[in-house]
Amino acid sequence: MTLTNYDPRVLKAPHPVPGAPDNWKRFFSFNTDAKVIGIQYIGLSLLFLLLGGLLAMVMRGELITPPADLVDPSVYNGLYTMHGTVMLFLFLFPVLNGFNNLLIPTMIGAPDMAFPKLNAAAFWLVPVFAVVLLSSFFVPGGPASSGWWSYPPMSIQNPLGHFINGEFLWILAVAISGVSSIMGAVNFVTTIIRMRAPGMGYFRMPVFVWTAWAAQTLQLIGLPALTGGAIMLLFDLSFGTSFFKPEGGGDPVLYQHFFWFYSHPAVYVMVLPVFGIFSELITVYSRKPLFGYKFVALASFIITFLGLIVWVHHMFYTGTPQWMRNLFMITTMLIAVPTGVKVFAWLGTLWGGKIRLTTPMLFVLGGLVNFIFGGITGVMLGTVPIDIHVGNTYFVVAHFHYIIFNTIGFGVFAGIYHWFPKFTGRMYYEGLGKVHFTLTFIGATLNWLPLHWAGLYGMPRRVASYDPEFALWNVIASIGAFMLGVASIPFILNIVSSWARGAKAPANPWRAIGLEWLLPSPPPAENFEDDIPTVISEPYGYGLGKPLVEDEDFYIRRSMEA
Amino acid sequence: MNQKRFPVKLFLTILIATAIDLLASIQISRWAYGWLPIPASSAAPYVDDLFSLEVGIGAFIFIGCVGFIIWSVLFSRAEKYDESDGLPIEGNTKLEIIWTVIPFFVVMALAFYSIHVNETLATLGPKQKYDVAINQAPEAVATLDVTREVGPIEVISRQWSWEFIYPSGVRSSELHLPVNLRANFLLSSKDVIHSFYIPAFRLKQDIIPGSVISYSLTPTKEGRFRLRDAMFSGAYFSQNQTDVIVESEENYDAWLTRTAKRPMVKGLSPGTTLYEKRLKEGDRGWATVAPAPPPMVNDPGNPEAPHDS
Repeated sequence: MTLTNYDPRVLKAPHPVPGAPDNWKRFFSFNTDAKVIGIQYIGLSLLFLLLGGLLAMVMRGELITPPADLVDPSVYNGLYTMHGTVMLFLFLFPVLNGFNNLLIPTMIGAPDMAFPKLNAAAFWLVPVFAVVLLSSFFVPGGPASSGWWSYPPMSIQNPLGHFINGEFLWILAVAISGVSSIMGAVNFVTTIIRMRAPGMGYFRMPVFVWTAWAAQTLQLIGLPALTGGAIMLLFDLSFGTSFFKPEGGGDPVLYQHFFWFYSHPAVYVMVLPVFGIFSELITVYSRKPLFGYKFVALASFIITFLGLIVWVHHMFYTGTPQWMRNLFMITTMLIAVPTGVKVFAWLGTLWGGKIRLTTPMLFVLGGLVNFIFGGITGVMLGTVPIDIHVGNTYFVVAHFHYIIFNTIGFGVFAGIYHWFPKFTGRMYYEGLGKVHFTLTFIGATLNWLPLHWAGLYGMPRRVASYDPEFALWNVIASIGAFMLGVASIPFILNIVSSWARGAKAPANPWRAIGLEWLLPSPPPAENFEDDIPTVISEPYGYGLGKPLVEDEDFYIRRSMEA
Repeated sequence: MNQKRFPVKLFLTILIATAIDLLASIQISRWAYGWLPIPASSAAPYVDDLFSLEVGIGAFIFIGCVGFIIWSVLFSRAEKYDESDGLPIEGNTKLEIIWTVIPFFVVMALAFYSIHVNETLATLGPKQKYDVAINQAPEAVATLDVTREVGPIEVISRQWSWEFIYPSGVRSSELHLPVNLRANFLLSSKDVIHSFYIPAFRLKQDIIPGSVISYSLTPTKEGRFRLRDAMFSGAYFSQNQTDVIVESEENYDAWLTRTAKRPMVKGLSPGTTLYEKRLKEGDRGWATVAPAPPPMVNDPGNPEAPHDS
C-alpha cells in the first residue's frame, strides 16, 4: 500500500513533520511542505523579476533615442530575448506556481500536495534551468538572440558554429522548464481532484482553485507540443536534421504551429490564476458574495477550451489561407465572452459593496482597469484586417504588456500583499504598499499606453533603432520603465522589513471567508492536521451569516490560540 | 410579491451615463482615424473604418466599465470602523445571461464584419502562397496572376536588404509603383523569414524561405512611404527598411526607362555599413551572421530622403 497524506500514519505523525524543521534553512533545502515550496517559488521568482526588469531597463535605455547607440544591435537582440524568457519562464510561471502551492492545499483543506516529493523536485528544476539559461550569457557568441519565439530558420543560424551556444542552452532551458511545469501540473490537478475537504464539492471550491485547475489542465494538454517543437528545433540546430529548414525540405511555419499551440494557451495559464486572485480579493474587500459564482467558475474552463483553438491568430500574415484566418478569428473573438462574464461579475460584486482600498485591493482594481483595456486591444488584434496592419508592431508589445504585466503582474502583487500575513505570520506596511502601487500604476501606464500609438503608426517590435518620428512615444515609455524600476524599492523594503520585524499577523486580518483563513498564521506544516473541516457552504458568503464549515467556532478558536 | 417601485432615479442616472459614454466613444472613434499613418492603398480605408468601429465599441465598453469602477470606489467605500458587510447579492441569472449573450452577438457581429472586410481586401489584391522555390518554377507561379497591371515585380528579401526586380530587368533598392494601378509581386526570401510591411498601405506579408508568395496591392496616393521588415530577422533587423515611391504612371515609366540605362551599383544595405564599422572597432558584441552582400542594382535609392509615413 502506498503512503498518502491522508494515511493515518502520516496524519498522526509526531510534529514537527520530519523534513520540515521550523527554521529559515528549510527555504534552502529539498523540503516537501507545499507552503515552504510556495515561498521558495515566490522568493526565487521575485529575484528573477528584478533581473528581467534590469534587462528591460537597459532596453528602454537603448530605445530612448532613435539610433542604436547604447549597446550593439546584436546585444540588444540578446537582451530582449533574455528579458522575455526570464520574465516568462523564471518569473511568471514560478511565481504563479508559488501561489498554487500556498493556496491550493490550504484552500481545499488538504494537508499537502498529492505528490510532495514530485512537488519539491519540480521546484528544484527551476534553479537548474535558470543556471542553464543564464550561463548562456557567458558562452562565446552570447545568449540566444532570436526572441522568445525562437522562429527558425533565424534561430538555428548559429553564426559561430559552436556546439554549445546560446540558442542550444536556451532550448535546453525551455525543455527543462516544460518538464518542471508538467510535474507541477500533474500534482496540482491531482490534488484538486482527489484531496478536497469533506463537503467541498466542485461548486464549493474557491474560484482560485477553479482557475488553477483550468490553467494546469492547459499545461498538461499544451506543453507536450512546445516540448516536441523545442526538441525538433534542437535537432535542427545541433544534429543536422531539417524539420524546419526549407533547404532540406522542412517547413519553418510548422514550428510556429508547435510553438503557438502551447504558447498562446500559456497566456491563459498565467492569467487564469490571476482571475482567481481577483475573485478572492474583490469579494473580501467589497464584503460581498461573488456575483454569479458558478458562472465565473465555469467560465474558467470555457477559457481553457477556447484557449486551445485560437493559436493560428499569431500567424494571420504568414500565408495562412483565408478560411483558416476566418475560423481562428471567430474562436479568438469568442474568448471575449467568458472573460467578459468574469469582468461583469467582478463589477457586479463591487456594486453596493463596502469597498476598502487596501494595497491588495488597489492592485486588483488597477489590474482590472488594465485588463479591460488589454482585452479590448486583444479583440482588435483578433480581427484579421487590423492584425495585418499592427501585428508584429509595438501595438502588440503594448497589448501583451497590458495583460502580462499590468494585469498578471498587478494580480501577483495583490496576491502577495493579501496572503503575506497568512503565510509569513507578519503584517506588511500599508503606507509603503500604497507608494508601491502608485508608482507601479503610473509607471506602467506611462510605459505601455503610448506604445500603442507607436505601433499603430507602424513601428515594428524588436527593433534596436527606429525612425525619428517614433521618438516621443519612446521617451515617455522609457520614463515609465525607469519609474517601474524605482517602484521595486518600496516593495522590496516592505517585504523584507515586514517579514523581519512587522507586527505579528492575526489568523484572519481581513475577516475573510475561506479555509485558509481558519488556519493559524502561518499555518502549521500539515495545515488542518487530523481535524479536516467539513465544508457546508459556497465560498464568499459575505453578509449571508452562514458558517463556511461545520463547527466553525472550533477552528476560529484554534487558529487564534496558535 | 416583490412589487417594488420603479427606481426612477437609478434609471435616469444610467440613461444619462450611457448617453455621455456613447457621445464620448463616437468622438473617440472619429479621432481613431488620426492614429494611423496616411491611408495610401485601396485596402487602407476598409482597415481604417474597421479600426475606427472597434475603437468606438472598445471606448464605449472601457469608459462604461471604468466609470462604474470609479463610481463604486467613490460612493460604495466603507467608512472607517464600518465592519459591516455589503448587500449579500449572490447573482442574478437574468443579468448574467444578458451579459453573456450581448457580448456574444457583439463579437460575432464584429467577426462577420471582419470576414466581409477580409473578402473585400482579397478582391483588391489576391495573395497566395506556393510552397516551391522561386528558381524551380517561376513561370508556373507567374502565370497564375491573371490581373497583371504592373509586374510581377520580384521582391527579394535578405539579411538585411531589399531588392526589387522589374519585368524589364531593372533592379532597384527602392520600390517604385505607379499610383492607382494594381501592382503584383512575387515575394521570396534568400535566408530567414522576413515580412513585407508598408504601414501606409496597412498591408503586411511574411516572406517564408522555401516558398513564393504572389501578392498584390493598389497604391492610391503619391508619396514616399516606409517599407519595414516586420519579422525579426537578426542583428541588423531594424535597419532592414527602405522606401516605396508611389508616383504618377508617366513618372513611373520615365523612371523605368531612365533607370534601365544606369550602371549596376551596390544596393542599399545599411546593415553592411554597420557591420563593417563593427569589424573595424574590434568585432565587439554578440555573435551575428555576416550580412548578405548588397545586391547589385540600377537604382540604389536615396535613404536620406524624408518619407511621408
